[in-house]
Amino acid sequence: MTEKEKAPGTPNLVCKKCQQELVMGKVTVSYLGAKFPIELLKCPSCGLIYVPESLATGKMEQVEQSLEDK
Amino acid sequence: MDRQRVRDRENQCIQEQPPTCTAACPIHVDARGMIECIRKQDFSAAFAIYNRFVPFPRIISRICDHPCEAECLRHDLGGAIRINALERACVDYSTKKAACATFSTKKSTRIAVVGSGLSGLTAAYDLITKGYRVVLFEAGAQLAGHLRELGEELLPQQLIDEDLATLESLPVEVRLHTRVGGYAHTGLSLSAVIEEFDAVYLGVGTADAACFEQELKLQDDGKRIVIEPLTFATSHPKVFAGGSHRYGATRFSPITSIHDGRYAVLSIERFLQKASLSANRDQQGPFKTKLFTNTKGIEPAATVPMAKPPQGYSQEEAIGEAERCIHCECLECVKVCEYLAHYKSYPKRYIRELYNNYCIVLGVHPSNRLMNSCALCGLCTTVCPEKLSMGGFCLETRQAMVEKGKMPPSVHAFALRDLAFSTGEQFTMARHQPGHQSSRYIFFPGCQLSASSPGQVFDIYQHLQQSMAGGVGLMLGCCGAPAEWSGRKELFGETLAAVQKQWEELGSPQVITACSSCYRMFKDHAGAMPVESLWTVLDRVGLPPSAAPASSTLVAIHDACTTRHDDDIQESVRHLLGKLGVAVSELKDNRSLTTCCGYGGLMAFANPEVAGKVVQRRIHDGEADYLTYCAMCRDNFAAQGKRTFHLLDLICGGSNGDAARKGPGYSQRHENRARLKSRMLRDLWGENVVDQADPIQLIISPEVAEVMEKRMVLAEDIRKVIAHAEATGEKMEDTATGRLLASYRPVAVTYWVEYSVRETGFEIHNVYSHRMEVSSI
Repeated sequence: MTEKEKAPGTPNLVCKKCQQELVMGKVTVSYLGAKFPIELLKCPSCGLIYVPESLATGKMEQVEQSLEDK
Repeated sequence: MDRQRVRDRENQCIQEQPPTCTAACPIHVDARGMIECIRKQDFSAAFAIYNRFVPFPRIISRICDHPCEAECLRHDLGGAIRINALERACVDYSTKKAACATFSTKKSTRIAVVGSGLSGLTAAYDLITKGYRVVLFEAGAQLAGHLRELGEELLPQQLIDEDLATLESLPVEVRLHTRVGGYAHTGLSLSAVIEEFDAVYLGVGTADAACFEQELKLQDDGKRIVIEPLTFATSHPKVFAGGSHRYGATRFSPITSIHDGRYAVLSIERFLQKASLSANRDQQGPFKTKLFTNTKGIEPAATVPMAKPPQGYSQEEAIGEAERCIHCECLECVKVCEYLAHYKSYPKRYIRELYNNYCIVLGVHPSNRLMNSCALCGLCTTVCPEKLSMGGFCLETRQAMVEKGKMPPSVHAFALRDLAFSTGEQFTMARHQPGHQSSRYIFFPGCQLSASSPGQVFDIYQHLQQSMAGGVGLMLGCCGAPAEWSGRKELFGETLAAVQKQWEELGSPQVITACSSCYRMFKDHAGAMPVESLWTVLDRVGLPPSAAPASSTLVAIHDACTTRHDDDIQESVRHLLGKLGVAVSELKDNRSLTTCCGYGGLMAFANPEVAGKVVQRRIHDGEADYLTYCAMCRDNFAAQGKRTFHLLDLICGGSNGDAARKGPGYSQRHENRARLKSRMLRDLWGENVVDQADPIQLIISPEVAEVMEKRMVLAEDIRKVIAHAEATGEKMEDTATGRLLASYRPVAVTYWVEYSVRETGFEIHNVYSHRMEVSSI
């Protein structure tokens, strides 16, 4: 994973514990039994994941709502 | 959910019942729909509606005896709508009048229709369009002989011919000059016809029927066939009869003739299918509709005159007359409820929708929001002519969805968390009055008043102790309303049981509630607990001596929806204001017609948009400052900029007397409850309670506080995130801003906090949350 793959506007984040820069990596988001693989910034060392505000209050919320209505 | 019960509820909604004109019409012409099209200047669409009911529109529009007009609700408001004249206008001004008759696959069944008056022609028309083979017998030289005698001025021959052309374009066999009857000189006997055909319809007009005496039972006069008025059956199972022969020689009712032909065909079909002739025919012909139409406020408007009566209405005149139509419908509940109006339909449809939503096993439940957005305030039932409880149905479906495990978890999560706080250690307490071993009364201020105005709860409790003998104990807690409203029957039961247990331990005293919702919950669900409202109590025992003279001289009372039918409480509130010297202006929709403030039924959590509309509508009902006696009403109105007092603001005065003040945010509400408990224990019971200083000091700007409210993130959530991040080091730094970012998931929600460490505490820059769980693969 390189810098270039980050979407524009993505902050430069450093894991305070590992002192490593977060890079795009595969993670799983799940809710009410449904699982989705997506790419998010995470610490290459300890795996600490960053969920951006725009994702939490945007797409994630939409998916949560539609899963709740299932 | 019981299917039949759902159906009964659906049927309680009368919105789809026909208007009086349609119900009075023997063939139920949709006059309202037709007139609506004329109002929109679409005569062709109006004609299409008319023609759907009336097979011979040119004829009927000229000669209909229009029983509809006598029942029109405009009757006393300027005169009945001239429906028949408007029908003629449809015929005259429609640009599309092509015969729209279609017929389905031909059946082998052959039916004889005897007589080509209106009933016979209608029977023939209906039978052909249903696919039967029809032979039409006419004694005379041409069809519709009787109609042709009405005169050119009343009914031009050309119109008769045009209407008959529609019939003749269909595969019908017409036998003119063929009299059916038992006399030798006329050829064909009825017996022969019965023999040849599968069924027979007789529409022989007012002619003497003695010629049928061999085949059919006649009335005592020996001239008229005995006809069963509902089914048009005669004494011969294959023979049906109707028209003017049935309904009398003294009057000619063209629309009744059409009715007879049409419903005789229904019987013929049932006879051929060997089905019951008489079942389910209670709304056949004219009937009294159940539809309620409120004519209050409708201004009288005179009938539009015709400039040239022989030519009927001009287009403009017809449109003007159509505009007078009241467009009868009920919608009493929809008119007063923003929630019901928001979804653009009415309870009958909503009930069906909610039931279908409940029945879905796999797939998306599209109506969850509809189900959860109702305030359960009961206004719909109050105004409904049939007393249908849409709110009650919403609640039942919520309970059923919870039971099925299909209630969306996030909708009520925050409210239920609030309930958990209010039933937890930090707020609940139950004590006898200091220095007493027993309680004759117990004061239950409720969780929301304690959160909004803890100081007033403290003050009024002291007043109650001083003015009531026998001991006034105190119970802090929650009545369980949020559990009930969210459909959590079990949780509600547990919450109420806990309250009742405490109450029993205090010796089952008389309960005094300050909150209308607590009052309602206890009254409806805790029958053993005698409950009285604080307002009736204060009306009786008097106000505190310190009761401040009002800072506002005139208020408009917003009654609480949960006590909309409790006249005594409403009366006491008005008395108390009188004692305070406050002038009252009544809102138009007060007392039993009051609205919800947007909190009821947890509507604001399920649908902030609708809750916002509810508040906006209500706060514009009156100019004066509002006065409420429910803390949530006050805070919700004030939040939208309406100056609103709580009754205790005027009774206790003090800093809370400001009608414009905004209520505390969610975090502060928790804190206020906890502090109220500490203060009560410390100041009244003399216990050594030390308010624990918050270990993590937060620095929160008003902007961030607003974000917290909107996203329903509490200060305690933020503290948990920071505590976790600082203890474990699980945090990240934005190298551009130097700010820290951390998250924590206490139970079902992950909270994110963006913060900086300052000398005096933690400065919060942003908060957000999500319910999805995120994990590294």
